[in-house]
Amino acid sequence: MPILVETPVLSVSNLVVRYGAGCHVCQRSMEKNRCTACGTVWAVNNISLSVYPGEVLGIVGESGSGKTTLMRSLYFDFVPTAGKAVLSDYKGGQKNIWAASAAEQRLIKNNTMGMVYQNPVMGLRMNYSAAANIAEKIIAAGCRNAGKMTERAGELLEAVEIMTSRMSEAPKNFSGGMQQRVQISKALANNPALLLLDEVTTGLDLSVQAKVLDLIRKIKARYGISILLVSHDLAVIRMLADRTIVMLDGRIVESGLTDQILEDPQDAYTQQLVHSLI
Amino acid sequence: MEILSIKNLTKDFYLHNPGLKIRSCRNISITLHEGEFVGIVGLSGAGKSTILKCVNRSYLPLEGDIIYDSLAFGKINLVTANEREILFLRRHEIGYVSQFLNIMPRTTAKEHVMNALIDRGMDNLAAEREAREMLDYFRLPDNLWDIYPATFSGGERLRLNLAHAMVKKPRLLMLDEPTASLDNKTKMLVKDMLKKLKEKNTSMIGIFHDIEFMEGVCDRVFNISEGGIVS
Repeated sequence: MPILVETPVLSVSNLVVRYGAGCHVCQRSMEKNRCTACGTVWAVNNISLSVYPGEVLGIVGESGSGKTTLMRSLYFDFVPTAGKAVLSDYKGGQKNIWAASAAEQRLIKNNTMGMVYQNPVMGLRMNYSAAANIAEKIIAAGCRNAGKMTERAGELLEAVEIMTSRMSEAPKNFSGGMQQRVQISKALANNPALLLLDEVTTGLDLSVQAKVLDLIRKIKARYGISILLVSHDLAVIRMLADRTIVMLDGRIVESGLTDQILEDPQDAYTQQLVHSLI
Repeated sequence: MEILSIKNLTKDFYLHNPGLKIRSCRNISITLHEGEFVGIVGLSGAGKSTILKCVNRSYLPLEGDIIYDSLAFGKINLVTANEREILFLRRHEIGYVSQFLNIMPRTTAKEHVMNALIDRGMDNLAAEREAREMLDYFRLPDNLWDIYPATFSGGERLRLNLAHAMVKKPRLLMLDEPTASLDNKTKMLVKDMLKKLKEKNTSMIGIFHDIEFMEGVCDRVFNISEGGIVS
């Protein structure tokens, strides 16, 4: 028996996402990732990556480097221009998830993936209760028993250290850190195989940040979930990620073991990034 | 039996911003047999840590081979092995102790040691039992076990670091100046522990500053100067 699992949970190949129509000189005359002739932005430009079971893959890069676009394409918020992604949980990794029907994509979103957005407003329904937010996902997975849903919602909120006495309150009344934690529990509702975390700790104060990081580490240890972690905070990446990818202007400039990226960066941009570390 | 063999290891650092090339180690060849303790000495900046970091793959070597005889994969070249193989080896076979402590926030000393085991799939209870044994073995006072290590002294941190690395029972242990900034009494304690580890047949490479400390522990000593082996 091989020691390492050889099938990745998620494998993305040659992903391209552009904002704009494109023109005949696009890709040849670019200013950063923007075409100088027609103004099309190539947000993600030919990216390939794989995430293996139980692994945390970190993605770092400056603002506008395409990190969030990559994550949101995976969660079907954008339709990619080109590229292929396969999930081992969907048709045995044989079929491109972006070619799946809308109904299938909803199923994939509900059953095999969980997403935490940088901005909680995008991931939560602010006027519904925290429990209802979580129930939404559980219902989508086919559960129709209100008692069971409440029980599960309570369990999940407890796991992220939110008092169950507040589960019937709407997230708009919660603090930023609490909203982020409700999002995490919502993402975990259906025991996904892959968790997409987009800047989960940005804008949180230090003690809440520590709480969220601790939570992510526990989730990884307890459930063995694979995590795609986007952050521009290198300290977060150092603590959580096994492997790291560095993005610049929609492309991958360097990838490797996290400590190798941080201690022995090869690319000019990565060196600049690491030397900016406080 | 050779457990690790470093052949003609060369490492340079290229800094893009000023466009500078920094030479580190040159043509280093070291072999380590099973159960042996090899010491490395040399001036600061001579490239001692670079060698260990290349073995740990925190640095990417420029030239040369590092052949490690692993239980899981057989003979494997750590220079060309893929990232997941390295991660597996770090989790199961290779331990690295630096003079700095790197911990997660909100993690107590005991949890820090337990995490090393939980990461490789052990359940909580068994991990806690082993972590307790290991902290006790390294004589970390038990009133410190449930405290966050941010407030620990240098010696306590080192012992925690050693416990974290040793709880995995690595076959190969690398020590990067573990005794720097320690008082004499604690140094002797560490020396005793290293001797015990050696009796347990752990192969070790260590970087040290004081020759006195290495007497009676190290089987062979390499002196590195300006990137090359002198003696």
